[in-house]
Amino acid sequence: MIRAMLWILSGLLLGGIVHLSTVLAMPQAAKQDAYSRLTPLTPVNTVVPLPAPTADSSIMPFMDPAFAIAVCRYDLSDGSIKLTAPVSQAYTSVTFYTRKSVAYYAINDRAAGRRTIELDLMTPEQHANMPEEEDVTAADRLIIDSPSTVGLIVLRALAPEPGLMPQVRRTLAAAKCELQPADQ
Amino acid sequence: MRLLLGSLITFLVAAAVGLGATWLTLTRGVAFGSLNIGAWTAWPKRGSVDIDPYARANIARTGELPTGLGDGIAFYARSDDARHGFDGRCTFIVSGMTPAARYWTITLYDPEGKLVANAIDRHSFTSDEIVRDGDGSFAITVAPLARPGNWLPTGGVDKFVLVLRLYDTPIGVSTGTTKEGPMPAITRKTCS
Repeated sequence: MIRAMLWILSGLLLGGIVHLSTVLAMPQAAKQDAYSRLTPLTPVNTVVPLPAPTADSSIMPFMDPAFAIAVCRYDLSDGSIKLTAPVSQAYTSVTFYTRKSVAYYAINDRAAGRRTIELDLMTPEQHANMPEEEDVTAADRLIIDSPSTVGLIVLRALAPEPGLMPQVRRTLAAAKCELQPADQ
Repeated sequence: MRLLLGSLITFLVAAAVGLGATWLTLTRGVAFGSLNIGAWTAWPKRGSVDIDPYARANIARTGELPTGLGDGIAFYARSDDARHGFDGRCTFIVSGMTPAARYWTITLYDPEGKLVANAIDRHSFTSDEIVRDGDGSFAITVAPLARPGNWLPTGGVDKFVLVLRLYDTPIGVSTGTTKEGPMPAITRKTCS
């Protein structure tokens, strides 16, 4: 009897380990995460507008239909990225996600405080290798360190009324995501 | 023989407990660091690098991109204030005020996060669109059939979720003291 209890107890302990390891492995194993869904639709290092979600189709779940959304799927292995996003009339935000959909940085138009949001995205290594004088002159440049070499930049612009959506989409279409070659 | 039987039991228990717990936590959603106001729940850390492993696994599974903390915060409601689950055949009233935010939107989804088909193609309201009373408060009628005023159609679905997103807001950003905002009340009226 005691022996059977011991077997079950060890089963429970092992079950706990199974549970924790499957939870931790899920982001690595997931085939349908946001990055995988966007990969066939978005060429690398280019801003691509996404179709608005409808009842029939939505690229990702829980997308806000009041927003025009564009994505830059980035790869920093050949250099840093310069992002320029014009600000639409109502509200514009830029959110940075890792390959595993972790939102590591987000900024809105008011925090950026200009007519355009301008950001440099690089790996911590590229940031460390930046020439020093450039770093000084770049005091007003916003530099974001990406924890992963690849990831997603998601630009969101609000259409406060459905009628404003075409205008908001046009503004967002002017956004650029440009690769800055490492060797200048 | 005993050893074989014993280890078999161990492995069966381990698989059942381990995988069962994973499945439960990922489908039901575990709430670490949740911010509850009335029927509304938000997980501010889901939009930052402090996201917990359960939320990470959940996001990887569903394919969602959470709202970044510097962008805004999303509050989810699956029932009214009296814990009646949202049923698309019933009428619910969402009324009151929202916390301070530059803009907000309220959107109706099915439990999987898809928009719900309806005749007038209305899935959400923004803070600019909503018709308000003199004191700035508003009331949204969430119902299967057309209503005057702010009507958010349910399409008659079994279950739905309401998501209130606040953009450019101090809510959720200041950790520690979670000052409760004036979130809209949700009450169930009639069911058809």
